[in-house]
Amino acid sequence: MSTSASAPRTAATDATATVLLEARGVRRSFGGLAAVDVDEFTVFEHEIVALIGPNGAGKTTFFNLLTGFERADEGEWSFAGTRLTGKSAYRIARAGMVRTFQIPKALARMSVLDNMKLAATHQSGERVGIALVRPLWHGQDREVEARALDLLDWIGLADKRDDYAGTLSGGQRKLIELGRALMTEPRLIMLDEPTAGVNPALTEQLLDRIRGLRDRGLTVLFVEHDMDVVSSISDRVVCMAQGAVIASGTPREVVTDDAVIDAYLGRQHGEQQ
Amino acid sequence: MNFGQAFVDGIRAGLGVPAAAYALGAIGLNVQYGYTGLLNFGQVGFLLIGAYGTAVSADAGASLLVAVLVGILASIGLALLLGIPTLRLRADYLAIVTIAASEILRVGVSARQLEGLTGGAFGISGFGDEFFDLNPFSIGRYGIGELSFDERTLWIASVAWVLVALATVGVWLLTRSPYGRLLKSIREDEDAARSLGKNAFSVKLQSLMIGGVLGGLGGIVIAVDASFTNADYWRSQITFFLYVVLILGGVASVLGPVLGSMIFWFVFQASDSILRQAVDNGAFGDVFTTTDVGPIRLGVVGLTLMLLSIFRPQGILGNRAEALVDEH
Repeated sequence: MSTSASAPRTAATDATATVLLEARGVRRSFGGLAAVDVDEFTVFEHEIVALIGPNGAGKTTFFNLLTGFERADEGEWSFAGTRLTGKSAYRIARAGMVRTFQIPKALARMSVLDNMKLAATHQSGERVGIALVRPLWHGQDREVEARALDLLDWIGLADKRDDYAGTLSGGQRKLIELGRALMTEPRLIMLDEPTAGVNPALTEQLLDRIRGLRDRGLTVLFVEHDMDVVSSISDRVVCMAQGAVIASGTPREVVTDDAVIDAYLGRQHGEQQ
Repeated sequence: MNFGQAFVDGIRAGLGVPAAAYALGAIGLNVQYGYTGLLNFGQVGFLLIGAYGTAVSADAGASLLVAVLVGILASIGLALLLGIPTLRLRADYLAIVTIAASEILRVGVSARQLEGLTGGAFGISGFGDEFFDLNPFSIGRYGIGELSFDERTLWIASVAWVLVALATVGVWLLTRSPYGRLLKSIREDEDAARSLGKNAFSVKLQSLMIGGVLGGLGGIVIAVDASFTNADYWRSQITFFLYVVLILGGVASVLGPVLGSMIFWFVFQASDSILRQAVDNGAFGDVFTTTDVGPIRLGVVGLTLMLLSIFRPQGILGNRAEALVDEH
């Protein structure tokens, strides 16, 4: 099924909507197993797209391929018109496509604030020669810090700024990964199970923040298992099973799709619709 | 038993040339391991290549300044040679390759086929004269009573400690800058850094080079001090002494390697002095003889490292809270 052809009429898929991420024929197998075999996958600018599917469907591997953390056997993808096939992870991140991880990678023995400041791009003080001379980077560093503090405020971790990130709870680590990704000022943010292991109160806060991302002009692609979460925040849902995309559409369309019910949701869920 | 003598011996060693050279090597290791998380188990290879780069080129007629530059460039070359193939791989590959390379270098420079270049097993000597000709101190002993250095040692020790000071200030400036943040992010989680657009490979290579050059300088100091170098000196135990120095002083602390080296050499020399006196006085009867003092000293070093890991993992100057943060 072509994801773009069946895309619903949301703000994101109007005729004026621009394609941000476009992937074709992306394949990766481990041994004889086709972990990812995606013919076509598109994300439009300013969309919130959920990627769902059973465990082992290849969602995380697909993320890893697109972001350069694993090498694809074949396939091509481009982001905002730039071909990213085969590019290394850091170059893809620099292009404006930034991902988080299923198991959050907090930089444990660095402060929360330093976690945030690290993520800022184009820091001149990250070059050895310039780093040695404080006046050459101090001004920029103050701007970075101000932005980091704003974002910490926004994700509700401002009072943790001086704590080691390793002392944060699992949910707080998810939040700091989100904040850190935002520090890079991405155009597309890719969240791998942003609410996994997060307590209900914090989940609400997190979802609220993800919704808010679109208002900041971002596009969001996220992997999620909780269908309530998916329905509440996404414009479009893409379902994967056994490495392939089996359905795409509005949350309502996808949860009533027979292929999705068979592969993922189960009969009972479908009957309730 | 003359503890006063042991104390003076210890202090002299703690302020001596080897202590400064070890401080340089450990500062380098601190950049690599302490801040960037690189497991370099062959730091002695960088000391060796610095020493030999300088000795070989001075022996071939280069002026000492040029020879020292050759030693530094050789250290950078070694970092590139070891880093480029391994730093894209998992962390353990660097550890394996560095320890192997340091042994290959040690055995390699003593090869008979290289006698014309490295002097083979006999090594190279006499290349330090140019340095000592510049000695501004007139002949005599400097210090208080027993605790004194001759003009030759004072000259090389002064230069060596100035290098230590410069390296320390350099590392201090780097670690409080965005560059320090970048190094630490690689130590904490390389994939996280890459996901944020940081070129982890390049940063690791830079870190290996910076630490390698500091190690090279340490080797140059040792070689110039003796005005002699041969392969036998550059054994792997030096790498592990440097780790002891670093862990003792405090991993990822700016002054840790410097204080660590001073204390290491103080304890090493003082315990040597005490053990020798005890053997001479017959305190150990027939159990230990003078030849056993060396190995026992090594045992003391190992025991110190064990006790540190158990009771003070952050070392003397390290940050305990940081040392105890859960990695995941």
